[in-house]
Amino acid sequence: MNKYPLWKYLIILAVIIPGFIYALPNLYGEDPALQVSATRAAIIDDGTQQQITSALNESGISFSKLQKQENGIQLRFKDTDDQLKAKAVVENELGDKYTVALNLVPATPAWMEAIDARPMYLGLDLRGGVHFLMEVDIEGAISNTEKRLVSDLRSGMREKKIRYLSVSSSKKDGILVVFPDIERRAQGLITVEDDFTSLSAKEIESDGKPALALKLTEAAKREISDSSVKQNMTALRNRINELGVAEPIVQQQGDNRIVVQLPGIQDTARAKEIIGRTATLEIMLVDEKNSGNIQAALEGRVPVGSRLYRDRRNSPILLKKGIVYSGNNIVDASAGIDSRNGSSVVHITLDARGASINQRVTGENIGNRMAVVYVEQKSVIKKDEQGNVVIGENGQPARVKSRIEEVITAPVIRDQLGKRFQIEGLDSIKEARDLSLLLRAGALAAPIEIVEERTIGPSLGKENIRTGFLSVMYGLLAILVFMVFYYRVFGIVADIALVLNLVLMVAILSLFQATLTLPGVAGILLTVGMAVDANVLIFERIREELRNGVTPQAAIHSGYDKALSTIVDANITTLIAAIVLFNFGTGPIKGFAITLSIGILTSMFTAIMVSRGIVNKIYGGRQIKKLAI
Amino acid sequence: MASLKNFHIDFLGKRKLAMVFSLALIIISLGSLMTRGLSFGIDFTGGTLVEVTYQDTVAIDDVRDTLSSSGFEDAVVQYFGTAKDVMIRVPLKSDMKGAQVSEKIMLSLHEKQGEFVTDTDPISKQQTCSADGQRQVCQVQMQRVEFVGPQVGDELANQGGLAMLYALFGILAYVAFRFEWRFAVGSVAALVHDVVITVGVFSVFQLEFTLTVLAALLAVIGYSLNDTIVVFDRIRENFRKMRKETPLNIMNTSINQTLPRTILTSLTTLLVLISLFIFGGDIIHNFSVALILGVVIGTYSSIFIASPVVLSLGVSRDNLLKVKQEGGEETATP
Repeated sequence: MNKYPLWKYLIILAVIIPGFIYALPNLYGEDPALQVSATRAAIIDDGTQQQITSALNESGISFSKLQKQENGIQLRFKDTDDQLKAKAVVENELGDKYTVALNLVPATPAWMEAIDARPMYLGLDLRGGVHFLMEVDIEGAISNTEKRLVSDLRSGMREKKIRYLSVSSSKKDGILVVFPDIERRAQGLITVEDDFTSLSAKEIESDGKPALALKLTEAAKREISDSSVKQNMTALRNRINELGVAEPIVQQQGDNRIVVQLPGIQDTARAKEIIGRTATLEIMLVDEKNSGNIQAALEGRVPVGSRLYRDRRNSPILLKKGIVYSGNNIVDASAGIDSRNGSSVVHITLDARGASINQRVTGENIGNRMAVVYVEQKSVIKKDEQGNVVIGENGQPARVKSRIEEVITAPVIRDQLGKRFQIEGLDSIKEARDLSLLLRAGALAAPIEIVEERTIGPSLGKENIRTGFLSVMYGLLAILVFMVFYYRVFGIVADIALVLNLVLMVAILSLFQATLTLPGVAGILLTVGMAVDANVLIFERIREELRNGVTPQAAIHSGYDKALSTIVDANITTLIAAIVLFNFGTGPIKGFAITLSIGILTSMFTAIMVSRGIVNKIYGGRQIKKLAI
Repeated sequence: MASLKNFHIDFLGKRKLAMVFSLALIIISLGSLMTRGLSFGIDFTGGTLVEVTYQDTVAIDDVRDTLSSSGFEDAVVQYFGTAKDVMIRVPLKSDMKGAQVSEKIMLSLHEKQGEFVTDTDPISKQQTCSADGQRQVCQVQMQRVEFVGPQVGDELANQGGLAMLYALFGILAYVAFRFEWRFAVGSVAALVHDVVITVGVFSVFQLEFTLTVLAALLAVIGYSLNDTIVVFDRIRENFRKMRKETPLNIMNTSINQTLPRTILTSLTTLLVLISLFIFGGDIIHNFSVALILGVVIGTYSSIFIASPVVLSLGVSRDNLLKVKQEGGEETATP
């Protein structure tokens, strides 16, 4: 009685041995490393690799391993001292077309990496870093598109020589084009149907004049929504690249949200400054004709077709309405020094559309100024005159959007410009760099706002790992001691099962690279506490049977047998709660649900099958008078 | 070691007393929830939380003064842990973008110390500052920042409530399927009891109710149910074995038989939770409080609430045997 067939032991071994192997990588430490990646304007090839190695050799810094990766090169070092020195050397050698980031990479032996055995993936609360949840303002993107269409419609009809009275857009009615007569309207309609497929047109009367009411089609709106989220993600990725973060995450969440995670980031304030910048760029022409009489504009008599702006020194400047082109058309921008006079400049490259517009407009406007307007979207909670928060229709605080518009530079057009040109007259190389970063990162298609932020300072992350580890250790130790004390031999069996359970959990977490968070650690600990429950149920049953005068062998048998359905029922109900938790949870909560679910499943295996296997090995198949329970 | 054996406690005889006790706790909890409400964390209300550690002890009033002179008159400042660790909470502001608040706070705290952050030491992981042209470890170290915008806060509160409902329904359905509807009602009554009282304690003592506390509540649901199921399982078994006994006696016997297990498992779970409470750090402090409360109340409710409810719903042997027949095991007739 109480003997397991060989195949059951083989199953146990077949689970436990891989379990140990996949849990093993967690015991190795981390190597300090450098992550070299290229910004958009550069590529990484064998030449770059050569460059890095020879530069390091020259400075007498040795690295332990060089690895080519998907989007860069990874270098490992013996200690952080070498790592820091190497960073300076490599940065110096490669210049600002590349980013060099400090990183810690798992020091897992090669044969483990070959079978995909990696250490657990730690969440931001354990390794330190920044988590942002950003919301893309789709309505903003749509109204931006409408604005662009207004100016495209004007030029489109001018090209076809169709006379119109006005083109305007409003939030409620979409775009309205007013014509002098019905024939012109018919011509206009053909133009719209041919060239502006994203618009649906309706013929109406506006103040007695024939007009076209144009609206974006649903399909077009959906496309704007999709593409503005995608475009924002691309822009964010580029911005983040400039930050030099080793393993950034940029992911879409839901329809219009983006999660940004920057693990182990060193300078959180700067990260926020660059990421949080929710800016667009608009390139406009200065109204030179009326600039002489700026005083009139300041008193409220702004010339028709122009608007009053402020530059960074708060001086007024008059710009002609109508965006020439936007930051979307800028492909690249980089800071540099003008070889002629040593002043700081920004080199700009445009895309084809931007280039052709640029050529035409600058050709017509030599000697005039062209302004780059920095537009920042801001959304604030609405308050009434007494300063109380106004509650909107949906029961939430109402919000008003406001725009900060600032002319960041207004250089004089010296020549007809095309695809490549430069902005001169910047005060310092720092200013040039800031401006180029702004221009290069690409103006965001739709305003974007941080709606949630969780930052864990690097030292707290380290501390959290320590406290998490301590609490698991002490909790586990307390239970191990208690079980041996209370159940003696059977207690040792339960303890072995418990430790194996922990090993399996770590192995599964490592294998699937699920994110381990601090609540996740709590989940591990809670499962440790609850995993013994199955063994307690079984052992109490065995004791009960013994009290009823059953023989030890039969007591073991019926103890395991009768407790089984109870254990399964109890665990399934807990699993229901864990699954609900997983589906509703965000970040840290999800981590808790994951470890809890994994723990429930592994504990059923270890507490029932493994512990039975051990008990059978000890007691099975022989005469015994007494159980040490 | 001597084991816990052969209890003969008349638990169900004391069910009236237990009901009165539980009702009193529930009334206090609901009363407190209605009058004092919960001290919601910024997960739900929105706002900014900043945790900093000073190199030397610092006076709360100094920090408060620094903040109000930078426009944060409504900041709540308090120590946590030691007199070097300070937690700052600022409600949502209308005139400032939420994500900027923490930056402004850190800036003003550093400024007060006459320093500005340059970078982070890659080895010690401490922020390095420049003060009077000297590079040194910052006097104020940023530990943690949380900002939650109003859109997110409301969503989380709604989702949390929904999650609770889904969990309860899922469990109700499973228990009804595995046992019988009276047992399902009994277990859910115990769960609601546990959740209401745990939340009640958070309200009475105005402990901060955060997203992780909500997660803990869901775990409590799972745990408390675990306990209840074990008792129910034994009741079902005994209904089949002890054919002559009254339901009340069968239930009492079942609770007594499972009592050693109930006590032991609660004990081991409490052991790890206390370890979590002591060593786990302040982020999951209230999380472990909720779990500890939940385990204690859940253990009590699986004995004194779940079974009495089933009993008062008039359970009988036939109810359970019918289920067994539907299960198909005993329907084979020649």
